[in-house]
Amino acid sequence: MSDIPKDLKYTKDHEWARQQGNTVIIGVTAHAQEALGDVVYVELPKVGSTLTAGKQFGVIESTKAVSELFAPLSGKVVKVNDVLSDNPQTVNADPYGSGWIVEIEPSDAQQLGELMDAAAYETLVKKA
Amino acid sequence: MARRTPLNEAHRKLGARMVDFAGWDMPVQYSSILGEHETVRTAVGLFDVSHMGEIEFSGPGALEAANRLISNDLARCKDGQAVYAGLLNEQGTFVDDVVAYRFSPERIFICVNSSNREKDFAWMREHAQGVKPVDRGDDYAQIAVQGPKAEGLVQRLTKTNVSKAQVDTYRFTEGEVAGVKCIISRTGYTGEDGFELYCAPNDAEKLWNALLEGGQADGVKPCGLGARDSLRTEMKYALYGNDIDDAHTALEAGLGWIVKLDKPGGFIGKQALEKQKAEGLKRKLVGFELTGSGIPRHGYPILKDGQRVGEVTSGTMGPSVKKPIGMGYVPTELAAEGSTFEVEIRGRSVAAQVVKTPFWKKP
Repeated sequence: MSDIPKDLKYTKDHEWARQQGNTVIIGVTAHAQEALGDVVYVELPKVGSTLTAGKQFGVIESTKAVSELFAPLSGKVVKVNDVLSDNPQTVNADPYGSGWIVEIEPSDAQQLGELMDAAAYETLVKKA
Repeated sequence: MARRTPLNEAHRKLGARMVDFAGWDMPVQYSSILGEHETVRTAVGLFDVSHMGEIEFSGPGALEAANRLISNDLARCKDGQAVYAGLLNEQGTFVDDVVAYRFSPERIFICVNSSNREKDFAWMREHAQGVKPVDRGDDYAQIAVQGPKAEGLVQRLTKTNVSKAQVDTYRFTEGEVAGVKCIISRTGYTGEDGFELYCAPNDAEKLWNALLEGGQADGVKPCGLGARDSLRTEMKYALYGNDIDDAHTALEAGLGWIVKLDKPGGFIGKQALEKQKAEGLKRKLVGFELTGSGIPRHGYPILKDGQRVGEVTSGTMGPSVKKPIGMGYVPTELAAEGSTFEVEIRGRSVAAQVVKTPFWKKP
């Protein structure tokens, strides 16, 4: 079973969200990166752009597959992980740490609470 | 239910990720596609290619019968030599691409793509003159041993001399490897030195395990279809169904070197190709690099000045070349090295440039 940190929130599309002060950091789960295989490209949104909960905000490509990234919650992008442009495999190596994808200022902080907790996500992954 | 090779259990024990490939349950990767790719470039990797088909022509007239079906010329070969060839239809387009082995003028063995096995066999039965081909696909398993350390590994497991001096590229011999009777062929589709070993299905697991054990010190790894695809793409080797098919001719595919228009007896598709050669090509398969950001993939449109002029046939982030590379058919005026066009990636136009191929060359 892949690592599922208790302090994060999760989507059914295998993104995680971590509150950090007034912002929320978003990445993909260990389960997602394992399923994808070697990540070779991450298409990031622009800083200043707006994400809408449930809508696509980027693309992650592995050697074989192209997968869409979906926003766990709405908000404005304040930072993107530029490291991924040159080293997309960081997502495989450290999905919950240096492999994070974007940092946003949520427009509705309530949305975070509506996401799955670790236990619910674990159930989802087990079913898959 | 997907078909299984004799190594299916072995793959599962090794923790391979299995996928359906042309109706076969095959490993796409064991550890990581990039790691497996790198292993083949620097050490040695093993591929189960038992899903490939084998068709045999034997008896008097075998050479002539087989040779009329393929674009390359087995009459120019010596016994113990193999050739890459097109199995073409009357239009000069591909029924399949194959490797034909000449054991003797009375025994020819043709290795075909798994996805085309039944189609090729039916087509050969219909068109063969004199000698009827026999489908031997279920009589052989096949393991590809690829990489700079392949020769050392195979040599340690056999008394047959498999040095380049004895078994050069596209030559083959018969012998025992790890006590298993094999056709030992110095062929492969990775751009690296290596062998393809054909053996009886019941012996496949023994041979596979012996190669895995015997190659420990070399850093041998089992490799899946993922690495096979990135390796062949870096060499601009065509894949049937992607880069070659029954809609593009051998000349358009840049495979003129496997088309012997002057061979005595001719071959199916010759007239169409002669006509096309005389009239000139309108499109060609090129290799390109993206100069903008993204990864080209099969089916993405190729644009010039906003107009769709072609389509990507294969594309990947080349693990060894470390660049996004691809192939595709473009109008001849865009086919020269240095020509530029765009590839449409999710609605975005990304700049691309035709480059010299193969993409990958040994440093």
